[in-house]
Amino acid sequence: MDSAINDPLIQIQGLNVAYGSQLAIRDVSVDIPAQQITAIIGPSGCGKTTLLRSISRLTELVDGVRVWGKILFDGQDVYAPDVDVTEVRKRIGLLAQRPFPLPMSIYDNVAYGPRLYGVRQREALNAIVEKELRAAGLWDEVKDRLHAPATALSIGQQQRLCLARGLAVEPDVLLCDEVTSALDPISAQRIEGRLVELKTNYTIILVTHVLRQARRLADYVIFMYLGELIEHGPAEQIFQHPQHPKTRAYLAGELY
Amino acid sequence: MMKINKHLEERIMKGLMVASLALVVGSLVAILGTVLAKGLPALNWAMLTQTPKGGYYLGKEGGILNAITGSLVLVAAATALSFFPALAVVLYLHLFAKHNRLLDLTRLSLDVLWSVPSIVYGAFGFTLMLMLGLRASLLGGIIALALLEFPVMIRTMDEVLLMVPHELKEVSYAMGATRLETAVRVVLRQAAPGLLTAVLLACGRGIGDAASVLFTAGYTDRMPTTLLRPVASLPLAVFFQLGTPVPQVQERAYASALVLTVIVLALSLGARSLTRRLSRHIIH
Repeated sequence: MDSAINDPLIQIQGLNVAYGSQLAIRDVSVDIPAQQITAIIGPSGCGKTTLLRSISRLTELVDGVRVWGKILFDGQDVYAPDVDVTEVRKRIGLLAQRPFPLPMSIYDNVAYGPRLYGVRQREALNAIVEKELRAAGLWDEVKDRLHAPATALSIGQQQRLCLARGLAVEPDVLLCDEVTSALDPISAQRIEGRLVELKTNYTIILVTHVLRQARRLADYVIFMYLGELIEHGPAEQIFQHPQHPKTRAYLAGELY
Repeated sequence: MMKINKHLEERIMKGLMVASLALVVGSLVAILGTVLAKGLPALNWAMLTQTPKGGYYLGKEGGILNAITGSLVLVAAATALSFFPALAVVLYLHLFAKHNRLLDLTRLSLDVLWSVPSIVYGAFGFTLMLMLGLRASLLGGIIALALLEFPVMIRTMDEVLLMVPHELKEVSYAMGATRLETAVRVVLRQAAPGLLTAVLLACGRGIGDAASVLFTAGYTDRMPTTLLRPVASLPLAVFFQLGTPVPQVQERAYASALVLTVIVLALSLGARSLTRRLSRHIIH
């Protein structure tokens, strides 16, 4: 039932991730389509977050983690020894589960990435900050207090700030790790709305344990169970005609 | 029966805790009270603005401006000297060192260094100076104090950096920042108030210490003017004045102690207001 994807942006090939002696991801191979929303679903502890974070090599920040296998991004293996990991992470952004603003002002949060990459001019930074805050749907709420501490924002606003901050680096891919789970329903809805708009320019990979969210947003679905890839395919196919008994059980709410 | 016992137990525990609190606060009040009661009458403008005149230690005129200036210069230079190496060590421990036994050993040895009595630092500094052909001098005192402050600074900064949330670093890494960029732009900013506290603790240990400067900095009635001459300090001023048989001079020792206490207090208050300013953007 492998449905081949035309022009995949990311190709995961035989990926394994181990925490110590515990295998968290077991021989996963899957292609991820460009400029769509791909949802990784599965019960908690199934390895979906690990899979997501492995794509921009964030798993290796944890002590004692081993990763083997390949992840081709634009045809280049991000785990190849000669690859500059900062370049990988610049092109593959992350939006985390809980918003973590950096300890600086709203403005400086968004300008953090551009400054890292050498943007110094005031006007250029101003333009980037406004553009990305608009893209994240936060501009109107903060335009009069750009230099206030980011912590003064509500949790929902902070998450949109984190989105703007991530976009300011101009990545190609956006990894979203249960990005609405800490938010109230209205804020969650706003973030979802932004993601749908953003997929025209970005490839979005979304981990979620909320099935309804996956149904609303996903174009493509990957189902994981106990570290293994069980089934993947276009969202319609997975949700309407799941092939594997485990997928069916999970979608029916019988598998936790 | 069970219930009564539990209540009784809680009461006894609470009583013990309150008693301990009273003991701690009581000691503080007693110390400050003694210093104030004995020192305040002897404190006058001349003490703060003059150096010892001839016969000062027999009760004649003069003041301890030499020791006040000496202590401030000593501690400022020593703190500055130990701050940057300490910061470098701590950043290395947190950003580059792998979590292993070497790291644990480093922390252990710093803890040992912290608890080494200051007279040992003084003796070590003195030996070092002999090897270098130096005599008791401002420079020697600065080096001994810097060594004394070093472990305090590192271990306190270490604890401060341990409290920086891992997620905060990850945010920065996830945008493609290197470890050094993350350290300088995020970690240090988040930790700034705590680092200031670390510096203050080290200052406190440095400015109040008599034993480490006894051999290394020496003592003089003159104002500090050069690195290679001896320098006076407040703890030694207290020590020498208290050691005289003249009651008037002993009172001046308490006045000197009062000055030292006020300086430490002023440092704390200053650091507090600075900490508040630095905490504006901190993530909780």
